[in-house]
Amino acid sequence: MELLLSILLIIVKSLAILVVGLVLIAYYILVDRKVWAAVQLRRGPNVVGPWGLWQSFADMIKFLVKEPIIPDGANKGVFLIAPLVTATLALAAWAVIPVNDGWAVANLNVGVLYIFAISSLGVYGIIMGGWASNSKYPFLAALRSAAQMVSYEVSIGFVIITVLLCAGSLNLNDIVRAQDTKLGLFGWYWLPLFPMFVIFFISALAETNRPPFDLVEAESELVAGFMVEYSASQYLLFMLGEYVAIVTMCALMTVLFFGGWLPPLNIAPFTWVPGVIWFVLKVSWFFFLFAMVKAFVPRYRYDQLMRLGWKVFLPISLVAVVVVAGVLQFVVHVGQ
Amino acid sequence: MTLATAFFYLFSIVTIASAVMVISARNPVHSVLFLILAFVNAAGLFLLTGAEFLAMILVVVYVGAVAVLFLFVVMMLDVDFAELKQGFLQYLPIGMLVGLIVLVELITVIGVWSVAPQAALSTPTPGHMTNVEALGRVLYTQYVYLFQAAGFVLLTAMIGAIVLTLHHRPNVRRQNIAEQNARTRASAIEVKKVPSRAGV
Repeated sequence: MELLLSILLIIVKSLAILVVGLVLIAYYILVDRKVWAAVQLRRGPNVVGPWGLWQSFADMIKFLVKEPIIPDGANKGVFLIAPLVTATLALAAWAVIPVNDGWAVANLNVGVLYIFAISSLGVYGIIMGGWASNSKYPFLAALRSAAQMVSYEVSIGFVIITVLLCAGSLNLNDIVRAQDTKLGLFGWYWLPLFPMFVIFFISALAETNRPPFDLVEAESELVAGFMVEYSASQYLLFMLGEYVAIVTMCALMTVLFFGGWLPPLNIAPFTWVPGVIWFVLKVSWFFFLFAMVKAFVPRYRYDQLMRLGWKVFLPISLVAVVVVAGVLQFVVHVGQ
Repeated sequence: MTLATAFFYLFSIVTIASAVMVISARNPVHSVLFLILAFVNAAGLFLLTGAEFLAMILVVVYVGAVAVLFLFVVMMLDVDFAELKQGFLQYLPIGMLVGLIVLVELITVIGVWSVAPQAALSTPTPGHMTNVEALGRVLYTQYVYLFQAAGFVLLTAMIGAIVLTLHHRPNVRRQNIAEQNARTRASAIEVKKVPSRAGV
């Protein structure tokens, strides 16, 4: 009985985060397009519903009722599995993200590692899709993405290590609690680890294939990259997986550097607001930054991208791990 | 507990089935994908025994990095497995011999394990600390020299691979990023006073 109850609880929790998360993402996609339009002095989607609020849902229905086309030369099994892999893995990462104190589907002790592992698997959807399409552009995009995502994971890993050193735990809940100081917003890790925060933000852009690092689907060179041959619901799954991965990265930045569900100041009007609201506000802020970067930064060249990852971020983050560990060992611990 | 057992059998069956598929699949890319499935299910088995850190590291390192490179190479090489399988009967005796040796070794390992049950009991997860902490304490105190030596071996291998593949060809125009960034307006452009109707 108890077993059944706990399974039921897990299912309810997962469904709750899935439904709320997917509706939020539908609106994040709209926000993305609106912000982009505003920067370019356009109106953006404004026809479906008031201020275009139903646009994402209309798009979704359109994708679902269209005919999925499978190319003749494609490797059918892999071709159909690839978008599923992308979407499922992207959604799976949300299992450990704490939206409030202890509010996570699974409170894993290795939560950070779990997210890191899941996001490192994200590349498979793209490689599989690119290879199975049996077409030139998708294949080139798949090769590019594999190299790009593997390179930027390295620096993301080292940045996460600096945060772990400061927090002393791999549990995402404990990482947020470690940022709960009297200083409020200035006690969060973005301030002491500011260079790492910047590196993480840029690496997150590269890891999720967002502009200026969207070489995987650079439309001027590769048409639509690995998604060229995809249509209908398979394409929808790829798009969904991509946006979910972006919001996951925003959530990860919120948890690691921006104090998760904590209010910016520990005084009355701020502490009245529930933690979930703060969490969503912070995630939305990061998503806004992602959208702004997309709007006004030109695309990188591929060799510049590789240079930035391996010759700039990797050495800086490696040195930072040593420096942070040294400071913690010789300044903080001796001081106690 | 029954749930854990069910999951154990699920993970084991999928691991074994995908391992079989790795060697029997006709398409090499499918082989690698099944290998990845086997890795992920092995990580699931680690999780069930309480070794959550090892499970995650297995996924990050093997699935997230090593297998990506495998897949990369296999996709690029376009290996024809049917051609490789031509000499199958010829190599069968040697293959069976190797298989037999491995089987005997496995049986000995499992036999010893059941003979000395305390060996299995002495490798549990310590109750008072997390997995990561326990591994870190052992790795960075007791085995720190071996750990460092392993790191050096990997470093040497990496440098070796770079040295073998790095060729500095002459007659190639290379970018010097520092030089480009150091350019100023004064060094980059020259303003010329052009007299009217005279040209440059």
